[in-house]
Amino acid sequence: MDHLPTLVTEARQAIQAADTIPALDELRVRYLGKKGEITALLKGLGKLPPAERPSAGERINQAKQELAGELEARKAQLEKAALEARLAEERLDVTLPGRGQPSGGLHPVTRTLERIEGLFTRIGYDVAVGPEIEDDYHNFEALNIPAHHPARGMADTFYFDATRLLRTHTSPVQVRTMKASEPPIRIVCPGRVYRSDSDLTHTPMFHQVEGLLVDEDVSFADLKGTIEDFLHAFFEREDLSVRFRPSYFPFTEPSAEVDIQCVMCNGDGCRVCGHSGWLEVMGCGMVHPEVFHHSGIDSERYKGFAFGMGAERLAMLRYGVNDLRLFFDNDLRFLRQFD
Amino acid sequence: MKFSEQWLRDWVSPALATQALADQITMAGLEVDAVEPVAAAFEGVVVAEVVEKRQHPDADKLSVCRVDDGSGETPQVVCGAPNVAVGQRVPFARVGAVLPGDFKIRKAKLRGVESRGMICSASELGLEEETSPGIMELPATAPLGEGFRDWLGLDDHAIEVDLTPNRGDCLSVKGLAREVGVLNRLPVEGPALAPVAATHDETFPVRVEDPSRCPRYIGRLIKGVDVAAETPLWMVERLRRGGIRAIDPVVDVTNYVMLELGQPLHAFDRANLQGAVIVRLAREGERLVLLDGQEVRLDAATLVIADERGPLAIAGVMGGEHSGVSAETRDIFLESAFFTPLAVAGQARTYGLHTDASHRFERGVDFELTRQATERATALLLEIVGGEPGPLVEVASREQLPSERRVPLRAARLEQALGKALPTEEVVEILERLGMVVEGRADGWSALAPSWRFDIAIEEDLIEEVARIHGYNRLPVRRPAARLALRPDREARTPLARLRRQMVARGYQEAVTYSFVSPELQQALLPEAVSPALANPISSDLSVMRASLFPGLVRALEYNLNRQQTRVRLFETGLVFRGELDDLSQVPMLGALVCGTREPEGWAGSQEEVDFFDLKGDLESLLAMGGEAAAWRFEPAEHPALHPGQCARILHRGEEAGWIGTLHPAVRAELGLRVDAVLFEVRLDALTQGQVPAFTPLSRFPEVRRDLAFLVDEDLPVQALLDTIRGRAGEWLVESHLFDVYRGKGVPEGRKSVALGLTWQHPSRTLNDEEINELVDAIVGESRQHLGAELRG
Repeated sequence: MDHLPTLVTEARQAIQAADTIPALDELRVRYLGKKGEITALLKGLGKLPPAERPSAGERINQAKQELAGELEARKAQLEKAALEARLAEERLDVTLPGRGQPSGGLHPVTRTLERIEGLFTRIGYDVAVGPEIEDDYHNFEALNIPAHHPARGMADTFYFDATRLLRTHTSPVQVRTMKASEPPIRIVCPGRVYRSDSDLTHTPMFHQVEGLLVDEDVSFADLKGTIEDFLHAFFEREDLSVRFRPSYFPFTEPSAEVDIQCVMCNGDGCRVCGHSGWLEVMGCGMVHPEVFHHSGIDSERYKGFAFGMGAERLAMLRYGVNDLRLFFDNDLRFLRQFD
Repeated sequence: MKFSEQWLRDWVSPALATQALADQITMAGLEVDAVEPVAAAFEGVVVAEVVEKRQHPDADKLSVCRVDDGSGETPQVVCGAPNVAVGQRVPFARVGAVLPGDFKIRKAKLRGVESRGMICSASELGLEEETSPGIMELPATAPLGEGFRDWLGLDDHAIEVDLTPNRGDCLSVKGLAREVGVLNRLPVEGPALAPVAATHDETFPVRVEDPSRCPRYIGRLIKGVDVAAETPLWMVERLRRGGIRAIDPVVDVTNYVMLELGQPLHAFDRANLQGAVIVRLAREGERLVLLDGQEVRLDAATLVIADERGPLAIAGVMGGEHSGVSAETRDIFLESAFFTPLAVAGQARTYGLHTDASHRFERGVDFELTRQATERATALLLEIVGGEPGPLVEVASREQLPSERRVPLRAARLEQALGKALPTEEVVEILERLGMVVEGRADGWSALAPSWRFDIAIEEDLIEEVARIHGYNRLPVRRPAARLALRPDREARTPLARLRRQMVARGYQEAVTYSFVSPELQQALLPEAVSPALANPISSDLSVMRASLFPGLVRALEYNLNRQQTRVRLFETGLVFRGELDDLSQVPMLGALVCGTREPEGWAGSQEEVDFFDLKGDLESLLAMGGEAAAWRFEPAEHPALHPGQCARILHRGEEAGWIGTLHPAVRAELGLRVDAVLFEVRLDALTQGQVPAFTPLSRFPEVRRDLAFLVDEDLPVQALLDTIRGRAGEWLVESHLFDVYRGKGVPEGRKSVALGLTWQHPSRTLNDEEINELVDAIVGESRQHLGAELRG
């Protein structure tokens, strides 16, 4: 009993010196276990005179609690240190790039086409597609471009034989759709078109989106509204100036070219707009009665408007691409810029 | 159409600066392509006369001249031009003048002789592109001392208008002036055109055999012309500003009148005409040497001007060499005719030609202009080359001329088309300004189209004219109204956009390659492919339609490999073209190609190369999108472009839908590709098909799993084993998957071990061991019997 203080001091030192959880467990057994030294003192209380027993018991219990507390504290300390060590060890350089397959990307033309389709389908247009090898009838004749019409010109049409050709515009899809359905018709026709022209600003294949709306009571005012809304939405510029310039297409009348204020220089004049401040971006007009006639639609009852635009041209303006030919080189360094 | 602004302003001159005028024309639908000064900037150049010329004492090729520049002094100048002569009027750059290119004229000494100024050539003044051999000689009437720029009117612009095919009426100064007059409400006035009195009565007979193609032909004989005369400078300049080079005075006059009035003219050498001028269709195989020296074989659809010996010219397109005006010509026969647009349309193109005349006739030349143009040309010719005009010979068939077109315009229709009602006065005024004769009708108006407007035939033509002159940008703006009808949407269909996005998520870049490819490349990849070939390809490299997406993808791979891009993952969607033209399929496909490492070079990934199964996995992720993966099968097969041991035909519901495989090493070598590539292509119609998900209740009872490993022959496709097992596993099999394929130690040579995990679950009770054991026994028995598969211990 007299050596209790010494025992406690000794135990404390041992606890503080223990540097592993197993070593601490050993100390717990050694002092506080069933056969531990403190436990032994408690067991020896009976040998003391009865009068001393309560105070001695109290002291031993106090010592026991003290040591138990010390053990817990040391254990927590060691666990904390172990956790910290582990955390330190498991530290990652989180700035390293992630693992696995990085995603690819859509071609900028597809991105542009989808954007245009989206703007129109959201207000009730359908997407229509058609063959790319077309016949003379659908590509020209039905669009009021008879043989020998000056608007024809072998120069820019790819032919297979006298009557079959690569479509020069997506307008044949309009004809096919009008023949196959009843008004009201609201479609956009995206797709590849072909013209035998190849230089800095022309590729023999490019993409067009044409739109067609046929209904009762459709006017040039509706066409203007549609085109203006579209261009504002496409370029995300509500203040973009749009102007309609009289022009000529055999399949529409009245016809117009659509110019927008140059998106590169905001109309101040730059290389892209030829210092005019304006960019020609679309053609449009009211469907020509002859086209309705070929498509079996009563032009007295129905009116319609149609418009068409080049996807590459719009993509170039939207994304600032300066060379048309890049669209078909499929250079990964170019394609990745649109991921 | 290119023309001089000053020339236009002689006819009509609105109070608008050049650019404003150009903008106004553009906004009226005659798009101005370019506005360019007709001469480069220069100053200090005056008209002077050479009054003295001596040989330079120290230089053979130089002369020392004195010129009278109207200032009272006669400065001495050294001149190197061989053609300088006393008495000539010349453009003279005084000391202090600045010539094009900021070339300043200073007092100088040339080989020791003082020179104060410079006598200029046309090219030094920027009036000719080619270097002129000598100084520019001016007519004796050029006023001494007057500024050269002012005198020649060089502060002028050449305006180039890109006319649409419907506006042939604007292919002349007169036509454009008419349009400018309309836009500015100004009167338009051209030079006075009085008939020229004949001074003799000799004519040359004209016979029109095909009046439907040539309803009017006017000819005039002019005798005794001096073809050596010079075309006056003002005319040369107007032609030059209109983009036409001066050639000889007779041709220059015909060109001038064409530019001025829009009527193409032709002059024949009378001496080379025999018997009569005959307008007829060519006889198949007749030959004609054209003015440009080209000999053409005529076909029977070509209208020609002939004489009794044979064709002299292709009507409305180009004259012949033999009958044209030459230095020996004394008497000319001047032709002014109206050939109908249909008679000329396509003719020039047939012979690979495109001329100013055919361009105009195809679009329609004012048939009331034929006579005026003859008179105008005669008057100009008499002024320049002299001669004696004879009477006009006219052969016309009134009934064949374009008929009078009276076109109705309903007020209600106009209002509906434009979305706005215009006052009657404005409509009538616009139409009348355009030269139409307007009459009121109960429901609106009717307008008689003028003879120069071939494009006015139907109501819409009038609506367009009214809208155009009123101004498109003054018309209202409205949004179309429509009924909100829902449209059907097939949920089982996977939209192309989703398939594309799946490929993107799998790390592919979308490519867009040309639909026409090189026949050699296609042949190398698909020797049996038949696809249409273009009659007029842009190059042989792009001359046959692709029968597969493979050629384009391989070409794109090559392009990138050549640019140090070694890891390539590309996909494309689009049509492929299969079969002869008469039996053609245009099939939408989705194709992809991979090559290089599985993952991009990085700190963590392996640098393993992709193989067949990487691409197959990506493809399977697409096939799964329709929710009907079981509809798809891969079967070993051979494809000429693909490695015979690493190639599969893709079947959709039992039908061929595409191919997948590693590029054949021999094909690769033939194409010069250094690396392996794996490709697939699948029909889009199959890829987009699928099914709407159908729910199966979840079982509350435990699953039972058994793993089985079989030894099978190396050649046995695992698919066969899977099919057999699934066929025998009973209806409660909920999952089966392959977890190991092993060859090597413990497996006999020529065999492989295939391990599968099979999972059963019953919807409404717990399955017991006996049931499962029975199924396993059946599986093992069937596999042994049909496939020679042995269960591994």
